Amino acid sequence: MALLEVEDLSVTFARRGQRAVHAVDGVSFSVDAGEVVGLVGESGCGKSVTSLAIMGLLPKQPGLRVGGKAVFDGTDLLQLDDRSRRDIRGRDIAMIFQDPLSSLNPVIPIGLQVTEVLTRHRGMKGEAAAKEAAALLDRVGIPDPKRRLKEYPHQLSGGMRQRALIAMAVACQPRLLIADEPTTALDVTIQAQILELLKELVRDSGTALLMITHDLGVVAGMVDTVNVLYGGRVVETARRRPLFRQPRHPYTVGLLGSVPRLDAGRGEKLNPIAGSVRDLLPWPDGCAFAPRCARRIDECVGEPPELVHAHDGRSYRCVNPEPLPGMVPAPREEETA
Amino acid sequence: MSENDILVEVRDLKVHFPIKRGVLFDRVVGQVKAVDGVDLSIARGKTYGLVGESGCGKSTLGRALLQLTPPTAGEVSFDGVELTTLPPGKLRSMRRRMQMIFQDPMSSLDPRQNVESILTEGLQTHGIGTDRTDRRRIIGETLDAVGLPRWALSRYPHEFSGGQRQRIGIARALVLGPELIVADEPVSALDVSIQAQVVNLLDELQDSLGLTYLVIAHDLAVVRHISDTVGVMYLGALVEEAPSDRLYTEPLHPYTRALMSAVPVPDPDVEDRRERILLAGDLPSPANPPSGCRFHTRCPWAQPTRCADERPVLRDIGASRVACHFAEQIASGELRPHGVSAQIVRPEGEGDTPGVVSAPTEPGSYV
Repeated sequence: MALLEVEDLSVTFARRGQRAVHAVDGVSFSVDAGEVVGLVGESGCGKSVTSLAIMGLLPKQPGLRVGGKAVFDGTDLLQLDDRSRRDIRGRDIAMIFQDPLSSLNPVIPIGLQVTEVLTRHRGMKGEAAAKEAAALLDRVGIPDPKRRLKEYPHQLSGGMRQRALIAMAVACQPRLLIADEPTTALDVTIQAQILELLKELVRDSGTALLMITHDLGVVAGMVDTVNVLYGGRVVETARRRPLFRQPRHPYTVGLLGSVPRLDAGRGEKLNPIAGSVRDLLPWPDGCAFAPRCARRIDECVGEPPELVHAHDGRSYRCVNPEPLPGMVPAPREEETA
Repeated sequence: MSENDILVEVRDLKVHFPIKRGVLFDRVVGQVKAVDGVDLSIARGKTYGLVGESGCGKSTLGRALLQLTPPTAGEVSFDGVELTTLPPGKLRSMRRRMQMIFQDPMSSLDPRQNVESILTEGLQTHGIGTDRTDRRRIIGETLDAVGLPRWALSRYPHEFSGGQRQRIGIARALVLGPELIVADEPVSALDVSIQAQVVNLLDELQDSLGLTYLVIAHDLAVVRHISDTVGVMYLGALVEEAPSDRLYTEPLHPYTRALMSAVPVPDPDVEDRRERILLAGDLPSPANPPSGCRFHTRCPWAQPTRCADERPVLRDIGASRVACHFAEQIASGELRPHGVSAQIVRPEGEGDTPGVVSAPTEPGSYV
């Protein structure tokens, strides 16, 4: 039984006089306890909206429609009322956002923001809460934590702010941590520090991590199962190694071909995907990637492609996937398990 | 065009910004040394990549090179002409030969100008083209070169996608027929699939037009991909400069090593076996840089002697130029890295993941 089971999640934003935008269109994936799962895609593919919908954080507006299921430990998060959802948020599921400066309150000291979580969910007060807050900051590698508690977000560097945010997120030892582009705003050496910290937290506490990112390098380094999103749908799901070694969906192939690699030589041509993402459309006329796809055939237009479950536990949404060259070496034990 | 034909030469370039305080009267209370003594030269038809983290002064260096930000001291010569002492009128006509591409095309293109007007403005300013039809011809050729359709001319920037907007930015620079293009983070605002299109475009334009590039970026993989020579900056100064392949196989400066090891590679096999050098702490403030070697406060190889007192100068080691007192000893493994109050302290013997501060076992095993 998976810890989080997202089934056929769809998010539609409708505005009067305008075409409805299908930001998420039938996304399904699952996260097992202690597992690191990645949602990967470019801007506008629906990865952030997916996480916000799961957390119930989408702005309540008239045209918003959320469908499907997000079952966390037996309860469907989408059916919960605000109050019980607030109980789960922060205690069982916590979230880290891309820009720590805009997710921290600028006029409240760090310490108070951390203790707020402790008071709300763990009933800690006064001295005990302050002590625990300092211990948390210490745990995420913030030097001199007692003094930092009194400081305001603007007094911390970007990396330190992200650490503070992580401290708040792990304060209640959540079972699921959702990290939405946690390192995108940071410099590469700081990014390495934060990723190392996240890996360590996951390893030590058994927290499951849902990692939302556009960076395939980050995915390659820490994710167990990868879900590649395009146009609001999961187009390919696979374990980390098979996905990078043998991508099946043409979009995944294109993404991997687009990334310049540090270990590739000068002048090696990149193989970009032609065109660009235009609109968040539903997939009524077939595959949303078809207009950019190099492997497009007649069957791509018409019916949206079904999810194909391959024998090796991976799945893709494509009628003409990248062929496997002869026999593929069997994936290693750990990857198929 | 010979191999050693130098187009741009920068000598001891400094850009200092005053820090001012006071209500009625500004007092200068300090200096931010954004660029503090940089020497570099760019060969004609080649690409020089400048990398570094935010705040290292790489953008300021690019702007100072084009005289968009007046340098505090130092010399910049472009094709033998000294730019820092050039009178404004002459400098203006020189600008036709050196153009810039900016990071965010949305904020660098005037939203009220259509593409034709954006592209014509420069031509008129510099008096290129005899009449309107001639200018139209030049603009048409430029659009073809950057892969934009002709109908783009009557459209406005907001009507284009990010990748196309960046193509407009490139066309704007290209239409004047420049020799040098300074590209400041040309692809970092773009999605990966679009990034690759623009990187390839820059490559193709260089091949067909013989352009010289100074590419400023924080993404090492992008810079390595398009550069012949790469310079690594840290707190206002170059710490290492080397041919791009060599920098990657044999980084000599500790900061370069750390930077290289921090870049994620989209390959699980590589990611799992590479060793990481995690730097402790953040970049110090450029207003108050550390004494001696600026990197010594974070350097896992820092020595009690020299590093804190004596600022290392760039010196030749093989094909590289490195600003480190102990580069040879570090490369040979004579000096071992030590913990620098590492931020993540792990109990001993727990887990067999790559150490927090560890040296790669042999040169070239960074990725």
